[in-house]
Formats: sequence, structure tokens, C-alpha cells
Amino acid sequence: MAFAVRRRPSPPAQFRDLTLRAIRSTAHGGDAIALPIVFPLLIFAINIEALESILLVSGFPTGHVADFAVALTFLQGALFSGIACASRMASDIESGFIKRIALAPVSMPVVLGARFSSVALVGVLQGVCYLGASLVGGATVAAGLGGVFVIVGLAILFNVTFASVGILLAVRTRSGEAVQSLFPVFFVFIMLSSALMPRNLIEAGWFRDVAKSNAVTYMLEAIRSLFIRGWNAQALELGAGLAVGILCLTALLSLRGMRRLMVTP
Amino acid sequence: MSPPFFIITMLFPLIFLAAFSGALSPLFYVEGFSYSQGYTAFVYGFIILQAAAFGGIFTGYSTARDFDIGFASRLFLATPRRAPIIAGYVGVAVIRSLIAAMVLTVAVLVGGMKSRAGFTQDALLVAMIVVVAMIASLWACGVAMRIRATRGGPLMYTPILVVLFSTPVYVPSNLLRGWLGTVIHWNPMTYMVEGARSLLAGADHAVGRGLGYGAVLLALALVWALLGVRQAERSTW
Repeated sequence: MAFAVRRRPSPPAQFRDLTLRAIRSTAHGGDAIALPIVFPLLIFAINIEALESILLVSGFPTGHVADFAVALTFLQGALFSGIACASRMASDIESGFIKRIALAPVSMPVVLGARFSSVALVGVLQGVCYLGASLVGGATVAAGLGGVFVIVGLAILFNVTFASVGILLAVRTRSGEAVQSLFPVFFVFIMLSSALMPRNLIEAGWFRDVAKSNAVTYMLEAIRSLFIRGWNAQALELGAGLAVGILCLTALLSLRGMRRLMVTP
Repeated sequence: MSPPFFIITMLFPLIFLAAFSGALSPLFYVEGFSYSQGYTAFVYGFIILQAAAFGGIFTGYSTARDFDIGFASRLFLATPRRAPIIAGYVGVAVIRSLIAAMVLTVAVLVGGMKSRAGFTQDALLVAMIVVVAMIASLWACGVAMRIRATRGGPLMYTPILVVLFSTPVYVPSNLLRGWLGTVIHWNPMTYMVEGARSLLAGADHAVGRGLGYGAVLLALALVWALLGVRQAERSTW
């Protein structure tokens, strides 16, 4: 008697299938693609006109507002797409999909990696759109063609970082509503940074101190440095390094939480 | 009132106030920037109306959530008249906005903001807050009635935020050029923002115009919301 042998899918095949699933669910939701691209671009278009007077502030580092303002666009986009990705993860947890998939021979790192891949893909799309808009708005990439690739890379990194923080909350709370409530928290971090004015030109001492101790400030400055200064290793190391650190910590904690999900009702 | 939405209604304006007054105060010294009460009062004139708008937007979220959980259908059974349903949501939005405005005002006064507003100016400012809260909540409720799910959230807040940010947010209108410099003069909200700033300086420039345009927007938003209720009722049955 011959039995059909069911072969366990290889990790790459698992990763491919889960990533396609994540991409499909992202593509079906306006909040995951349209909103993270359209809304930041609208605010960018308004800001490059509304903040034109900022060029008259003594010591402002560039002659084009777009060079400065575009960094905020990237972080806003990362916020929106990160929250959307985390919301979808929360839906998977609430619906029991994560527990069902644990019955299959699929590892949790693959599940998490698939989510990260989908938000990374959105990051590529965002990076291209924002770069295009910034060039139309009068910005120049002082770091040249290589800088363009690094900018898109940073867009991907920041998207995945925000998504990772959101997924950690989704795993801990098992609630989509709790993930949505992260939006104002992230927003606080984005606004209380050097998003609107370079740190050295901020008059209010307390605000300067808050911005200095805010990781988002360094992410903004990493992107901005590629537009304004060119290659600034310190800015890139700080911004990317902090993002990678937050990503690794939150991803590890998420994996631990996902394993605990399997054994708790 | 949903605690998370209530907290967000108060938190967002405080964050914007801190960010704008903390980071952008060097703009106050740019040539051509004239406002007697200082940069904090200048941004407060915008933020107080933004807080009113957020109160309205989050009421729209509450309305949409009522549809998600099935409460809205039961609400339609409870009353034969539909206008009171809208009035209830708008009432909540106004209360939310007034409380947020109070918290914001205490925060800026403690922070040392200068204001020459007397009793009449304060009353007119409160009237502006109420009008903006009503407009935003009627718009958001109209969207919620049509989409009947919380995924309609972006459609609630995006137009309102675009209209708000297409006003003289960071600098006075005389310092705005380009397409934005043209758009602000066509944007009714510009006169409400300038009116609010004028009231803080003890004057009443643009207040009449602002409230007049506000009344027109209010009427349009009311029609939008009532038509939305009718659509929701038809789809419920």
C-alpha cells in the first residue's frame, strides 16, 4: 500500500506563502497603502509652502524647504504603514489565525518575517513616491545616486521598526484597538523632535532637550543629512543604529510573546 | 464618552501646541511677522480650533463604532425622528471640544501666554470653538452614516486636516506665497483662525467674517449629515 507522503514545506516556501498573504491583505486595505502615501504627501505639499519663511531664520542649513521638510514625510509614512501592519497582525491574533498556524509546521520567525516583508515593500513604494515628490518640490539629494538608495533603505528600515513596535503591542494586548491607540503615542515622538526646526535653532531649552533624547530626532536627521549635507557617517550611524536597535529588541520580545500565545487560551 | 478618544482629543492639541511653540518660535522674529501677543498666542489661535475639530472627528469615530457593534440599528429603532440622533452625537462633540479647549487654555496660561481678550472676546472665541466642533462632527457623522464602519476614519479626518492646514498655521498670511498664499484667501477656515488670533489680541478683525463663513459651512454640514442618516436608515432596513 502506498501512502502519499506529505512533505513539510521548506522555510523559504513558508516565508513566500505567508509574505504573499501579508501583501494581499495589505493591498486590499486603503489604510495600508493609500493613506501612508497620500496623507504625508499632502502635509509635505502644504509644509513646503507654509514653512517657506523658515529660510529667513538665521543659520537655517539649506536654501530649500523641501530638503528639510521631506524627512518628516518619511517618518509620518512609516508611522501610518507600521500601524496598519500591526493592526493586521492584531486581526490575525484576534481571529485565531496565529494559533491555527502554530498547528502547522511554520515557525514564528517566518510569520513575523512575512509581516516585515510586506511593510518593507510598502516602504519601497513610499520611498520612491516621497523622493519623487521632494525632487518636484525643489529638493536635491546631496549624497547623489548612492544616497537615493540609502534613503529608500532607511524608509524600509523605519517602516519595519514602527511595525515591529506595533506588532509587539498587538502580541501583548491581542487587540487591534490597542494598536490603533499607539498612533498618538508615536505621533508625540514624531512631533517632539527636530521635525520642524533643526535642533541647534530651537530656542526653547526644554524642547531642545526633549528632541535630543528622542530616537526619532536621529532618524529624521539621518534622512535629512543625505539631502542637505551628503554623506554624514555620524548621522547615518545614529539614525540607522537606533532604528535597528529598537527593531531587534521589539522583534525578539514579539517572538517570545507569540510563543507564549500558543500555550495560553 | 470613550476614554481613549477623550484622551486623544486632549492630547493631540497639546502635542501640536508644544511642537509648534517649542520648535517654531524663531519664526516670530522673521521680518514681516507682526503679532502683538507672541508666538505661543499666535499658534494657540490655530490649535484651539484644531482641538475643536478633533473633538468632532473623534465623535465620527464613535458613530462609526456604534455601527460596527450594532448599536446604531437599535438606536434607529428607539426613535422615529432622526435629527435627535445627530443632535446627540454633535452635543457630545461640543462637550468634548470645550473640555479639550479648557485644558489647552489652562496649559498655555500656566505657560505664560499673553492675551488681551476680555469677556466679549472670550465669548466669541467659545462661539468659534462650538461652530468648528459642530462642523467637524456633522461632517464626520455624515461619513460614518454612509460608510457605517470605522474604516471610514481616514475620510473623516483627512479633508478636515487639509482644510485646517491650508490656513496661516505657522506664519501670518502676509508671509505666505505661492499656491498656498492664494488658497488661504479662499479657505473659510482662514478667517476663523485669524478671527481667533485677533480676539486674543483684544480686537475683532475677521471675526464677523469667520463666524459668517462658519454658519454657512455649518448649514452645509448639517444637510450632509441628515442625508447620511437617511442613507444609513435605508441600508439598516
